[in-house]
Amino acid sequence: MTELIIASMMTMMTAATPLMFAATGELICERSGVLNLGVEGMMLIGAVFGFATAAVTGNASLGLLAAGASGILASLIFAFLTLTMLSNQVATGLALTIFGTGLSALVGFDYVGETIDRIAAIHLPVLSDLPVVGPLLFGHDPLVYLSFILLIGVALFLNRSRWGMILKAVGDSDVSAHAIGYPVVLIRYAAVAFGGLMAGLGGGYLSLVYTPLWAENMTAGRGWIALALVVFASWRPERVLFGAILFGGITILQLNAQAAGLGIPAAFMSMLPYIATIVVLVLISRDVVRIRLNAPACLGRPFRAER
Amino acid sequence: MHQRVWAARSGQNDNRSKDFTLTNTGGNTDMKKLLKLTTVMLTVLLSLGAVTQASADKLKVGFIYIGPPGDHGWTYAHDQGRLMIDNMLGDHVETTFVEGVPEGPDADRAIAKLAETGHKLIFTTSFGYMEPTLKVAKRFPDVKFEHATGYKQADNVSTYSARFYEGRYVQGQIAAKISKSGVIGYIASFPIPEVVRGINAFMLGAQSINPDMKVKVVWVYSWFDPPKEADAAKVLMDQGADIITQHTDSTAALQAAAERGIYAFGQASDMIQFAQDTQLTAILDNWGPYYVKRTVDVLMGTWSSGDTWDGMGPGMVGMAPFTNMPSDIAMMARETAESIRTGAFHPFTGPINNQAGEEVVAAGETADDGMLAGMNFYVKGVDDKLPQ
Repeated sequence: MTELIIASMMTMMTAATPLMFAATGELICERSGVLNLGVEGMMLIGAVFGFATAAVTGNASLGLLAAGASGILASLIFAFLTLTMLSNQVATGLALTIFGTGLSALVGFDYVGETIDRIAAIHLPVLSDLPVVGPLLFGHDPLVYLSFILLIGVALFLNRSRWGMILKAVGDSDVSAHAIGYPVVLIRYAAVAFGGLMAGLGGGYLSLVYTPLWAENMTAGRGWIALALVVFASWRPERVLFGAILFGGITILQLNAQAAGLGIPAAFMSMLPYIATIVVLVLISRDVVRIRLNAPACLGRPFRAER
Repeated sequence: MHQRVWAARSGQNDNRSKDFTLTNTGGNTDMKKLLKLTTVMLTVLLSLGAVTQASADKLKVGFIYIGPPGDHGWTYAHDQGRLMIDNMLGDHVETTFVEGVPEGPDADRAIAKLAETGHKLIFTTSFGYMEPTLKVAKRFPDVKFEHATGYKQADNVSTYSARFYEGRYVQGQIAAKISKSGVIGYIASFPIPEVVRGINAFMLGAQSINPDMKVKVVWVYSWFDPPKEADAAKVLMDQGADIITQHTDSTAALQAAAERGIYAFGQASDMIQFAQDTQLTAILDNWGPYYVKRTVDVLMGTWSSGDTWDGMGPGMVGMAPFTNMPSDIAMMARETAESIRTGAFHPFTGPINNQAGEEVVAAGETADDGMLAGMNFYVKGVDDKLPQ
């Protein structure tokens, strides 16, 4: 029984990792006041370019770099359209997702059915062999740790650093931030690019580690879950961790319940995270102060500098 | 870029035929017979001068695919069939395919487009194309249609499917021989008769070796969702399954098993390159001989509407080489496959009881095709409640 619980927890943590990457990036992006609905598209682009690079060079780490870089490039298209050309963020984000789906299918066409060497799990002598805590703390692939480190970094950045305060100021009142003299558009560009990097890494995690293969539309909606996750976390990084494990874990729990023959309908379990999101939304909407504290006030609004 | 892919694919094709020779599960001899038959037929055909205008006016054969030909599963297998037509009848026939056609109104248009552009024989290769195929067939009475896995025919619409369950029985036997935990993990797509039949056949095979074998079933409600298929495999292994088998289309489950050194079975095509050390065998969908035969029928004007449901006998279902297992188990698997192929043995031979313990097939009798086609119950011993 202990073994089953440990094994399930390990599987849940890997299921949560792509969500953590994508949601952490989107959180920074939204905190700067930009709503990028293109997460799913950027994840797919990251997944396909990461896989293609790994397949061609035979080096999965290079693939991961390519995944992140292609995510940034995709997000910069979005940034140029919404921040420089002032197009509608919702429509542009949706377009980015549709574009990413198509582009990834096109690029990936020749790579369907190819194999690569995945990025392997680390194994530390002594530590990884400890009972219970060994596999749980020291037995994952490096990207699981990277996602944790990045999340902690983002939490510290937002809550403890001057630049974090500036980022939040830009998201909460672009006009004031501009008046004080901060380069609002430039900061938003950086935030969007960070979101792209993280979505790309999340996609790369899927195609390079989770299931080392490329298949059309292989993210299967995880980008949308990441978006819901940011709202669920009410724009607080520490809650992203909890949400990602809940959202990622529910699938694993659902499959576990089936395999154990508990007879709980799979569809019911699958909708639980979304019900949780709605409940959280309703709860935080009831409290006006809380919303003001968390949701970026300028989210989704275009900004044009007045001179 | 394309060139490279095609080269790679035909390379794999060559390997496959070599494998057939190695395992000798029967496909090879049938292939030879068929080749001979086709050659004879074509000679007759040409001597009659029926296709003297052949070079100027080739028969156009069209295919509608649900996925990309490179999916290494369902569509890949159909495309191999198409390539066999090209290889064997290339002088008289020209093939075309449309890939990634969604089941629905788009299918209508894609099928009609093929019919309008002079294709006289059209294969629609997914269950969901049933109604669109019938609809288009009505508009083009002089075009012959072949719909895979459906059950509605018309004067110019045939249906065909394969008895994959024959291969699953063999897999069940292998699994029971090799498993140490006595628990098999089964990743299932949708609770339809085709899938349930596969689970039952697997279970019956396993029970024929060890009556106490357990099969744990997980439904992922998708034909193709690689991360979820991998999750399901991991969960099943977490719960003690030491053999994984799947009725979904991607290679993800096999890879997830390989990562932990757990034995597994490939699906629809030989997936050995994804699990060199852990794939035991795979069920091969071998549509080629049927496709060639039906094309020859059209060439000779002997095509007529019908319903074909073939198994190992005619070679529509094959088995990949029995690898990563002791030779006595491989021998046993080969013998079982052979007796199914020759018709000496039927996987659904009584006594068969359902989960409630009621006898559904009496001792010594075999399940008829009606029961197999509409199968909606588990046999005794399956550790799952069938979703309704």
